[in-house]
Amino acid sequence: MKLTLRIWRQASPEAKGKMQKYTLDDVEPDMSFLEMLDVLNEKLVLDDKDPVSFDHDCREGICGSCGMVINGNAHGPQKFTTTCQLHMRHFNDGDTIDIEPWRAKAFPVVKDLVVDRSAFDEIIKSGGYISVNTGSAPEAHAIPVDKVSADDAFDAATCIGCGACVAACPNGSSMLFTAAKVTHLGLLPQGQPERATRAINMLATQDELDFGGCTNVGACHEVCPKGIPLASIAQLNHDVLGATLTGARSD
Amino acid sequence: MVITPQRNIVSRTWGTSVGKKSVIAVTGIVFLLYVIAHMIGNLKVFFGIETFDAYSQHLREIGEAIFGYEGVLWGIRAVLVGSVVLHMWAAFSLWYQAKKARPIGYQHRQRWEGSYAARTMRWGGVIIALFVIWHILDLTTGTVNPLGGDESAYLKLVASFDRWYVALFYILAVVALGLHIRHGLWSAIQTFGANSALKQNALKTFAFVVAAVITIGFAIVPLSVMTGLVR
Ligand code: HEM
Ligand code: SF4
Ligand code: FES
Repeated sequence: MKLTLRIWRQASPEAKGKMQKYTLDDVEPDMSFLEMLDVLNEKLVLDDKDPVSFDHDCREGICGSCGMVINGNAHGPQKFTTTCQLHMRHFNDGDTIDIEPWRAKAFPVVKDLVVDRSAFDEIIKSGGYISVNTGSAPEAHAIPVDKVSADDAFDAATCIGCGACVAACPNGSSMLFTAAKVTHLGLLPQGQPERATRAINMLATQDELDFGGCTNVGACHEVCPKGIPLASIAQLNHDVLGATLTGARSD
Repeated sequence: MVITPQRNIVSRTWGTSVGKKSVIAVTGIVFLLYVIAHMIGNLKVFFGIETFDAYSQHLREIGEAIFGYEGVLWGIRAVLVGSVVLHMWAAFSLWYQAKKARPIGYQHRQRWEGSYAARTMRWGGVIIALFVIWHILDLTTGTVNPLGGDESAYLKLVASFDRWYVALFYILAVVALGLHIRHGLWSAIQTFGANSALKQNALKTFAFVVAAVITIGFAIVPLSVMTGLVR
């Protein structure tokens, strides 16, 4: 396959970036998207040019680090698929592919396609946990969990923190991410004691970090590689409004 | 701790994006109930001038014994104006927050995955607000009506829609309203936390049906004047 790539190049957080054009002549349909970028980078290195920086780690769709916006789609055209799991067979010979970093104030560009997603860590720190004394693991059957809650909590727990929801959201909101965490912990018995404060604290942190507010557009769910349902946002809203009415607080 | 505790319910609500969203949702539902009642009232044009004008008169006399002439009507107007202020204030505040959240946009236009209705909530809302102002000047005060203010409500309505461009503008405005309700009603249900993965499609269909009924219920009046059914 012959491809024309237009890639966002930005040398540093402060530098002014721009789209740069590259051509590749020998792309195999069986390559993954990141392998295709590896080929480009080898070529750039041989030509004594600066290779394109992009984040990646597991390359099997579980670490969440490989996000990029491909032709206007976070993680590219294939549903429920991270960029590393996307294959070049979904593109055609002669295509032009635009590749850009996630765009959000809370996710500043570090270099080229790499953005700093530490804002997600701040949201997690403000409530994405349960408080238990450590020690030997408790007996697994000591606290029964009904099947529906267990399944829904597990589905929410599959969020890999990739940030595609933020990248695609017209409001630049991290609502689906935060909702996935709140739903995951809030559905389980162990998550009950901190349920109300978790919801308001995580939302407050998200608002403070300059993420946008959710208006239920639904673009997040469309691009989410894990298919986190929009209903998890309803769960977050439910917990937040409940806590707002009762005045739950954490001190 | 991350947040300073906000002990007063107003600052707790206004202090978060979800709280603001719930203000939009509550005031939106107030509009929705009003719009449904208004539509049912409008459909009385099909029962003739006496029925319609009697209804218009009756609106001013509801609860007169307690609240005086036009007392209840002014009460409703006050609630609606208050709701409009809150609805728009909260909506503009979230609009501003969204603008701030993505200072640098994409080069390749995002393939918006949201519905047309969801994408047009903000500008659609502004258009509806401008329409409502014109609408009041036309049919309530009569300022921009060919017959002026002190005429029968029925005759003012017919005189206004006898101008095809006015009828067309009105129809476009209620289509915009229909789109706003289509996303807004589903969105309000989601904001109140009543959505679930199982119910989502049913709720979206419900919002669509309500929006379609309201759009048709309003549009049928100017259409009937245009086709001569209502004279
Ligand atoms: C009769 C007129 C109107 C009705 C029936 C109405 C109804 C609604 C409802 C039910 C919602 C959903 C609340 C939620 O998302 O939780 C909504 C949202 C919204 N409305 Fe209105 N509204 C009206 C007029 C306006 C006006 C005049 C504006 C002007 C700015 C406006 C702007 C918005 C915005 C920006 C949203 C939030 C968008 C979103 O949720 O995606 N609306 N409206
Ligand atoms: S909700 Fe989905 S899109 Fe958002 S961070 Fe989690 S896995 Fe990624
Ligand atoms: S590299 Fe880990 S999810 Fe793509």
